[in-house]
Amino acid sequence: MSAVAERQAQRAWGGGYDAAKISARVLIYGALILWTIISLFPIYWTLTTSFKTAVNVMQGHLIPWIDFQPNWLGWRSLGLSPDTIGEISTVRDEFLKRFTNSIIASLGAAALAVVIGSLAAYGLSRFDYKFVWMRNKDISFFFLSQLILPPVVLAMPFLVLYKELALLDTRIGLILVYTLMVLPIVIWIMRDQFDTIPIELEQAALVDGCSVWGAFLRIVIPIALPGMVAAFILSVILCWNEYFFAALLTSTNAKTLPVMVASQTGSQGISWWSMAALSTAAIAPLVVIGVFLERYIVKGLTAGAVK
Amino acid sequence: MNTALPETAGKVHEPLMRSQAEANGAWGRILPWLSSLILAVIVVWQILYKASVIAVGFDTWRPVLYTFILWAIAIGAAQVLIRGERGKHALFILPAVAFTVAMVIFPTFFGLYIAFTDWNLSSLTGRHFNGLDNVRSLLGDAYFWNALRNMIYYVLFVLAQYVIAFGLALLLNAEIKARKFFRVAFLLPFMLSPVAVSWMIGKSLMEYRFGPAATLARHLGWDNPAFFTSPWIARLSIVAMDAWVWIPFIMILLLAGLQAMPKEVTEAAKVDGASPWQSFWQITFPLMLPVSVTAIVLKIIFQLKLADIVINVTAGGPGGATDTVSSFIFREYRDRSNVGYGTMLAEFYLVIIIIFVTLLLKFASRFMQRTT
Repeated sequence: MSAVAERQAQRAWGGGYDAAKISARVLIYGALILWTIISLFPIYWTLTTSFKTAVNVMQGHLIPWIDFQPNWLGWRSLGLSPDTIGEISTVRDEFLKRFTNSIIASLGAAALAVVIGSLAAYGLSRFDYKFVWMRNKDISFFFLSQLILPPVVLAMPFLVLYKELALLDTRIGLILVYTLMVLPIVIWIMRDQFDTIPIELEQAALVDGCSVWGAFLRIVIPIALPGMVAAFILSVILCWNEYFFAALLTSTNAKTLPVMVASQTGSQGISWWSMAALSTAAIAPLVVIGVFLERYIVKGLTAGAVK
Repeated sequence: MNTALPETAGKVHEPLMRSQAEANGAWGRILPWLSSLILAVIVVWQILYKASVIAVGFDTWRPVLYTFILWAIAIGAAQVLIRGERGKHALFILPAVAFTVAMVIFPTFFGLYIAFTDWNLSSLTGRHFNGLDNVRSLLGDAYFWNALRNMIYYVLFVLAQYVIAFGLALLLNAEIKARKFFRVAFLLPFMLSPVAVSWMIGKSLMEYRFGPAATLARHLGWDNPAFFTSPWIARLSIVAMDAWVWIPFIMILLLAGLQAMPKEVTEAAKVDGASPWQSFWQITFPLMLPVSVTAIVLKIIFQLKLADIVINVTAGGPGGATDTVSSFIFREYRDRSNVGYGTMLAEFYLVIIIIFVTLLLKFASRFMQRTT
């Protein structure tokens, strides 16, 4: 009785109920907008600062064309402004080299990790392995436990190992380390992905005369493709942002973008506008990925965590 | 007659097939031994060459790497030859296992060896075994224990990140317009590299003279907005930056959990006259517990590796107040070239982490959605 009565009472209140609803709306949207500002302001700030001059920075001007007149100063120092783009610029060459290194290292590592990670994940999801005392569960745990290994533990041995293998300061070396870093995450995502594919599909293919590998390549891979894309994109992001190994294992040849940004941050004389231009260039690819491929990132992040 | 024909045909083929299988089996047994032998010979040869016992050898160890790859391929081939279909199954997992073992096992053991030497890259005498000296200096190293204590603070702050992330996930799960826009906007910080964030926020937004954050703080009545000079404020600033990057990660996990939750339950609670506050604590929160614990455990594991932001913004200062173990060891390597001691610190830290994470998983696994 009481619930019904209360609801009727609530309806009778009418106006007050609406007011509460409206104020709740205002609160929700207020909070959403506040956090949007917190999330986006640093990006906005970096982007606009790359078009500022010393005066604008010191007076704290924020809005282009109203507060200050945009200027190519920062981009000119990188050799990427319209008037310098045709000329020879050592800074630009340096920047492009680092940019290329970052692209090759992250794409290469992500591709390698997705290939061997997907294979392992499929095996773990479909077959029963037994290696000495280790069964599927233990093997999965072995892979996932690599996640807790902090980079500092591997850093020095890798430095020595790579020196002996002549892999120090090479992009191949970087790709191998990054693959190791993202492999557990790829296996985690892909195993979750394969678990959701009904096993009957492959059994039908096997009956039709496909081999195990044929069924995997022709039937399973096309279905699991969205998961693989998600794992790939997440790996690219993690590798692109990696700093620790890159700082220790690379120097002149294979140095990546984060190392370049970090080395510029350290020097006191560097001007804000060129630093901002460099940071903008370093985060731009990720912002583009984030805006257009957000669906896949969310898919990758939530794999296995929510059932 | 008609029925006999296939039979004889089968009989003709059977010995052929069997001998084929036997040959495969023989090859399968020989291959691992042969390849292992080649690998061993190359390794021993190279060791002898490096030890100047024999004169002919390779300049680097790279050929050993190639031999290892060939060895791994041979092992895979042998699996198929001996065990047929089951061997083909094994081929799925072997590349990942071989890769991980090669990349982790050797460095870990070699690291253990380095940890017991007095190796300093800038010293001319090379490395010497020095027993437990590194352990002794570790026990007396106030900076290391300080960094370890900071890790406790950093890990505890994960709970604050979780609370904020839960709030945001609830907001995004409410009936709002432009949800996609807000979700993308909230997720963006997670995509950015910590090094870029170090500059964008730590070095420019929070800059004492011109940074907008400092200006804002002055307007709000804080006369001297120095974010990185007193210990606790510096620590909180680092935590804030880390939270800015990682809150989206926790939020996305929680949001997925909220969306997977059956709508009827909260609807029913509403009909029964539960206030939003009650229905959150008595229905939403308990149902979200598994996702929450999973998210917190994952974040704690990542938090234990926190380094990039600290290295680039404060370099551990002021007076070690913001130092994490990783950033401390990083400086030990790069600034003091103290390889032996730094590696000992790293291995010691690894042991602590393993114990801590094992206990954490043991405690948390009964709440978690799914283990491994």
